[in-house]
Amino acid sequence: MGENTIIELRNISKKFGDEVVLDDISLNLKEKEFITFLGPSGCGKPTMLRIIAGFLEADSGQVIFEGKDIGSLPPHKRQVNTIFQRYQLFPHLNVYENIAFGLRNRRMKEKDISQKVEEMLALVNLKGFQRRDIASLSGGQQQRVAIARALAVDPRVLLLDEPLAALDLKLRKDMQVELKNIQKRLGITFVFVTHDQQEALSMSDTVVVMNEGKIQQIGSPIDIYNEPKNAFVADFIGESNILDGVMLDDFKAKFSGAVFQCLDKGFAVKEQVDIVIRPEDVDIVPVEKGEIIGTVTSNTFKGIHFEMIVDIQNFKWMIQTTDYYPVSAKIGIEIEPDAIHVMKKSEYSGMFGDYSSFSDEIEHLSDIEEEED
Amino acid sequence: MTKNTALKKAISAPYLVWAALFIIVPLIFVVYYSLVDAGGAFTLDYIKSIGRYKDIMLNSIWLGFVATIICLVIAYPLAYIMARSTKNVQRTMMMLVMLPMWMNLLIRTYSLMILLQDTGILNSVFSFLHLPERHMINTRGAVILGMVYNYIPYMILPLYSIMAKIDYGLVEAAQDLGASRTAVLRKVILPLSLPGIASGFTMVFVPSVSTFYISKKLGGSTFSLIGDIIEMQFKSANNYNLGAALSLILMVLILLCMAIMNRFTGEDDDGGVLI
Repeated sequence: MGENTIIELRNISKKFGDEVVLDDISLNLKEKEFITFLGPSGCGKPTMLRIIAGFLEADSGQVIFEGKDIGSLPPHKRQVNTIFQRYQLFPHLNVYENIAFGLRNRRMKEKDISQKVEEMLALVNLKGFQRRDIASLSGGQQQRVAIARALAVDPRVLLLDEPLAALDLKLRKDMQVELKNIQKRLGITFVFVTHDQQEALSMSDTVVVMNEGKIQQIGSPIDIYNEPKNAFVADFIGESNILDGVMLDDFKAKFSGAVFQCLDKGFAVKEQVDIVIRPEDVDIVPVEKGEIIGTVTSNTFKGIHFEMIVDIQNFKWMIQTTDYYPVSAKIGIEIEPDAIHVMKKSEYSGMFGDYSSFSDEIEHLSDIEEEED
Repeated sequence: MTKNTALKKAISAPYLVWAALFIIVPLIFVVYYSLVDAGGAFTLDYIKSIGRYKDIMLNSIWLGFVATIICLVIAYPLAYIMARSTKNVQRTMMMLVMLPMWMNLLIRTYSLMILLQDTGILNSVFSFLHLPERHMINTRGAVILGMVYNYIPYMILPLYSIMAKIDYGLVEAAQDLGASRTAVLRKVILPLSLPGIASGFTMVFVPSVSTFYISKKLGGSTFSLIGDIIEMQFKSANNYNLGAALSLILMVLILLCMAIMNRFTGEDDDGGVLI
């Protein structure tokens, strides 16, 4: 990964009416980096992309491309290309002409155009599709043409606005791998927008978690997962039990009525904190050996593991285990020091991380709603 | 399945009856009258006499063509702006476009005449402003103005309805790929709005070529269009056969023009209202 900054966003803010969509965003995008904006819908991700592409101007702040402020440059003069959520292929042109569109704007010779189109079709596995009508293509094929069309003009930065949202799950997984490969092979910066955390974690070099127009955390997927900065990030990335706790001393946290060894330090004595424990990091032991004791209230088979909701002192935990425990069984719980992650209190404290109202179905419904907008 | 098709047939029956009575049957009459003489015997004399009206016919087609092009030039940008406006602005603009159509064609043309007359309102304004007075009525320009004024809504509406359907995302995609404003217009908007151009062209060109009232009121006795000649055959000369023959030829010529037009706009346009 190159360390050179290609695009720098400086204090970008944008309002639509009274609604603050982006609030003082500053961020460096590096060369050859796969960077993902991740957040729930309505957190300002697409607005960010549109400002980088030039379809929107920020109310304040600067977009700096290789040291030059391009904030007022129209989109057609930027070395940045976009893959749109609904692809936006030209319906009156065939596959060849769609891919050639950007090349013709550069007045390239027909011979070079034809060679480039061929090359791009090979890249996206659509050899021989030159003369096909856009309407005759499947969603996945249209997606590939959109990628080929954007990459044909050799962009320095490719912006991808939820490009896989319209594809079914299987195709989506394949395209994730393929996009990642293309990005590695061509060595260009990909700026990817998604609300799907799995997608963000598996594809990105850097993840930018956003909520309510603000950057919550920037980091590698592993950092974001293991060291979430606040309750919002912990909850949004994967499943988390987020508990109120107190730091008694360095490496010593108290929660759920017990004192645990942990790896975190640097907090004030008796500082109130949020404790994150991932469902897969909880060890189940016989009741008499447990540091804390809980009661299983539900148990769902998920294939590779069981997903249990466990009541511990009236707080509902999610625990994943490969062993089966029946509902209303008492279990002992042990937590290794490296499974405990301590976070400072934030505005999101107390809003997430309790599974008392959890149900698979609700999770599912909200997913569908998100995809629709 | 069969029930369904029977139902479809039943639903379309009223229009089929209407079309048969008021379109097919009259057309047959036109063809019949153009091929017989006053006594009812078969003759090609009337069709052959077309040569005498060649100049008038070409003149009509030319004026209709010029009026249609002017309508297109005015309506195209307007329709584009309308389609890109907010819903409220769109409604208001649509209303303004439709407003003149609520008035009778004859009244509209008559008021144009009053405006354009040598002693009319425009010339009074000119002399009040110490500008030279102009002779405007009874000229080709006046007739073309009348056609444009009366038929321009029929150009705006189909253009607007096609352009409103163009996804603005396509414009952004084109800009993203390096297309300047003019390139976006030429390579995206124009090709996607061709069906609208084709149907607007038809809806303005056909009534313009065959009009008689506009040319009579605004062109005066100085020159007539083919519509005037046809009207005269039926109304005063009582020569139904010649009138029918001229109508038939005009129809063929218009169809020919439309066929040429459709070649330019591509064969498979959908969404357009073509004859």
